[in-house]
Amino acid sequence: MKASTLSDAALPIAIRDLTKRYGPVYALNAVDLDVHSGEFLTLLGPSGSGKTTLLMAIAGFNRPDSGSIKFGAEEVILKPPHKRDVGMVFQSYALFPQMSVADNIGFPLKLRGVGAPERAARVEEALETVQLGGFGARGIDQLSGGQRQRVALARAFVFGPRILLMDEPLSALDKKLRERMQIELKHLHRKLGVTTVYVTHDQREALTMSDRIAVINDGQLVQLDAPEVIYNAPANAFVADFIGESTMLPLTRGASGLMYRDQKIAETRDGESWSLVVRPERLFFAAQDAQSDDNTIVLRGTLRETVFQGESEMALVALDNGIELAFRFGTGATTNSTGGGLGEQVAVGLNRKDVIIIPGETT
Amino acid sequence: MSWFSRPATDTQITHGRRLWLYALAAVIMILLVIPTLIVVPMSFSDSQYLEFPPSNWSLRWYEEYLGSRKWMRATMTSVQVGVLTMLVATPLGTMAAYALFVSRHRLTRAIFLLLITPMIVPVILIAIGTFYAYGRMGMNNTIAGLVLAHAALALPLVIIVVTAGLRSYDLNQEQVARSLGATRSKAFFLITLPQIRFSVITAALLSFLTSFDEVIVAIFVSGGANATLTKHMFAALRDYIDPTIAAISTIMVILSSVLLLLTQFLGAKGTRD
Amino acid sequence: MASAANETELRRQHRREQLSILSLVIPALVVVGLIILIPLSWLFYLSFLGDDGGFSLENYLKMTQYKSYYRIFITTFQVSILTTMICIALGYPLAFFLAQLPPRWAGVFMLAVLLPFWTSLLVRTYAWLVLLQRKGIINEFAMDMGFWEKPLKLVHNMTGTLIGMAHIMLPFLILPLYNAMRKIDRDMMHAAANLGANPVRAFWAVYFPLSLPGMVAGSLIVFVLCLGFYVTPAVLGGGRVIMVSNQITAILENQFDWGAASALGVVLLVATVLCLFLAARFFKLDAALFGRD
Repeated sequence: MKASTLSDAALPIAIRDLTKRYGPVYALNAVDLDVHSGEFLTLLGPSGSGKTTLLMAIAGFNRPDSGSIKFGAEEVILKPPHKRDVGMVFQSYALFPQMSVADNIGFPLKLRGVGAPERAARVEEALETVQLGGFGARGIDQLSGGQRQRVALARAFVFGPRILLMDEPLSALDKKLRERMQIELKHLHRKLGVTTVYVTHDQREALTMSDRIAVINDGQLVQLDAPEVIYNAPANAFVADFIGESTMLPLTRGASGLMYRDQKIAETRDGESWSLVVRPERLFFAAQDAQSDDNTIVLRGTLRETVFQGESEMALVALDNGIELAFRFGTGATTNSTGGGLGEQVAVGLNRKDVIIIPGETT
Repeated sequence: MSWFSRPATDTQITHGRRLWLYALAAVIMILLVIPTLIVVPMSFSDSQYLEFPPSNWSLRWYEEYLGSRKWMRATMTSVQVGVLTMLVATPLGTMAAYALFVSRHRLTRAIFLLLITPMIVPVILIAIGTFYAYGRMGMNNTIAGLVLAHAALALPLVIIVVTAGLRSYDLNQEQVARSLGATRSKAFFLITLPQIRFSVITAALLSFLTSFDEVIVAIFVSGGANATLTKHMFAALRDYIDPTIAAISTIMVILSSVLLLLTQFLGAKGTRD
Repeated sequence: MASAANETELRRQHRREQLSILSLVIPALVVVGLIILIPLSWLFYLSFLGDDGGFSLENYLKMTQYKSYYRIFITTFQVSILTTMICIALGYPLAFFLAQLPPRWAGVFMLAVLLPFWTSLLVRTYAWLVLLQRKGIINEFAMDMGFWEKPLKLVHNMTGTLIGMAHIMLPFLILPLYNAMRKIDRDMMHAAANLGANPVRAFWAVYFPLSLPGMVAGSLIVFVLCLGFYVTPAVLGGGRVIMVSNQITAILENQFDWGAASALGVVLLVATVLCLFLAARFFKLDAALFGRD
């Protein structure tokens, strides 16, 4: 294996029927998942959803009860972690404090019998890749949080693994640094081309970084799609609620289609119940006397609160049935243009092309 | 602002109003330390009787101790048994602590409780029990018998100290090492052990001291040529007060002080890393 | 499909790994088995052996018949309870003092607790023998200061035993108590002060109840360890304070009666285990003892 030919070594992962039970609770319930060769796939879900269990199963630290995990054509589920050739980055970085930066990164090479001269060269190359050239001699305690993060990364890919796994690697960093590292990680992934599985509970992070997102809840794969699809066409209420902000309005089946109260929202579809997902940034203030038409849906309610949030403002509008509609508008626009002050009636518009319909009752 | 009127706590109680506490604490600490250290000056007395402060200073009792075949022999036995106990209890206890820490088997709790029984069972029972059992096996008055018994007494301490060390260690490091290509045992020896080394060394020192200071089991199980220092000391204390004991005690106090400071130093180093 | 993919093999692997990890405890278990389990079972067996070599309760019945046994149990409990109380009275203020200090200073002053903890019990018992004797430092000093006229008898009796045992046990109370106090959230005291409690009220209403689990755990350790004491009462009690352990030895030395000695030992063990069991039912004892939850 050569470090310079990483992208050739990228492998797809095929997970079939993976099940892990703790007593009566399913941590993983018959999960099927395909990770494409070279893709950046994020496992996204709330804590306790099973996303980390899944990652640990891929790494070999968590032994499932049944199922299959294939790297390429090879079944690995029975292989111990040290034979899987998987690079791994933990939330805590788990750098070895008794070793220098270079020894940390050189550790996997040493285990593979790489001689000292070549090891030094490859360690330096990896350090360059994470923009830490010349840091090799430092001790771990001399590094900042972001630098530790990079060393952990370099250590995980220096030996040319076919797959890179990351368990919430950025959650220990502060917001600014985290956002910068997100971009950097994405760059690095593009450069290495290695199949990457990334775990996070931060939906923004998932949307920013991923080629595809696998939303996990209660040990099951809920939706697997590109970020835009996940956001614009959530598969159900859980995904709609977990990713992005939203208000959900219950729909009823009327004579002419799916209705919100007396307004037609969409054509009738199969299924028991439906909800309308309203993203706050898709709403806008409509004129007081505006009516729904072919392009726009108009909802009316009382303006309860407006909150200044810097680049935008958030307004809460209580609809007649008590549901509070959150919506966001640029700081430039004001409620005054529509004449609405706090406690007054306002009209809120939503373009029909922005309508998102999901199956199921509103939660 | 003087120290007295400065707040001693965040809730604005001044040092002045805390003086009673400081005085009380000082008295209690003196009561704790004095009886430990008082033997040191007394051991340098010239007198047959124990007096304080000694009217004449001399090294008489050290000469007595160093010149006595009985005491020298007993010292050798105690050191030998202590070192062997350490060599047995430390690896066994470390292995057990690691296994119990890593395993999620439902038996781990029961095994843990079983392994700390030597700390719970009154020592007199261990003493007469092993005395009886060794009597049947011909193991009384042997070094091996004493080492085995002392190792059992030291095991709980080793397990507790090493477990505490493992608790402050990030087990993810071992997982990383394994994902990077190390087998489980390699990951343990290359990554885990170096990081819990201070706990392991502390545990080793403690097991040496447990054996070296142990009285009751030694009274029953050791004897003849293999009688320990503590067995002779105990006999001497019951019969008459021999100032040689002061000299031996001083040596023991110095030994434990050095070991204590060593562990404190190692502990500080351990938490800094 | 009868079984899901790889199910059998995964389960076998899982079991194999569990066993290989657990096998690491086997050497330690062997040592504990040889030194604790086998000898104790033997003693247990002996305690039910009558004079005729058959099963009998006579060793236990003896304890109810003779007044001397009764006295020994009373002494043992008395000494243990008094020692525990002395330890609380002295240990609580010191632990409180240490817990209030900045960690760096607490570490330094903690040496005063750890030094005796690490010093041989025999040496400390010997030191008290020297300090407390008729012409010892304590008597001389007290008479010089005019506290008392004639030398008091401080050793070879109950007083000496209690002083020696309290000194030896004090660290066992202070260490868990100190740990419990360190964990008390400082914001609690702030909140109490903020709500208008004066420091004394805040202490009794907030701090003391929070430190109670540590104190109870420490007291229990002290009490249970006291039950099995041998060396200190033997040396500082001068034959006047006979606890269960001393009596067991005496029976073996004087009468060589293994049955009687074993029976007494079994009673001591049962009392010890009972105390711990009760404690464990009401408190998270091992959490306090070993920081395990």
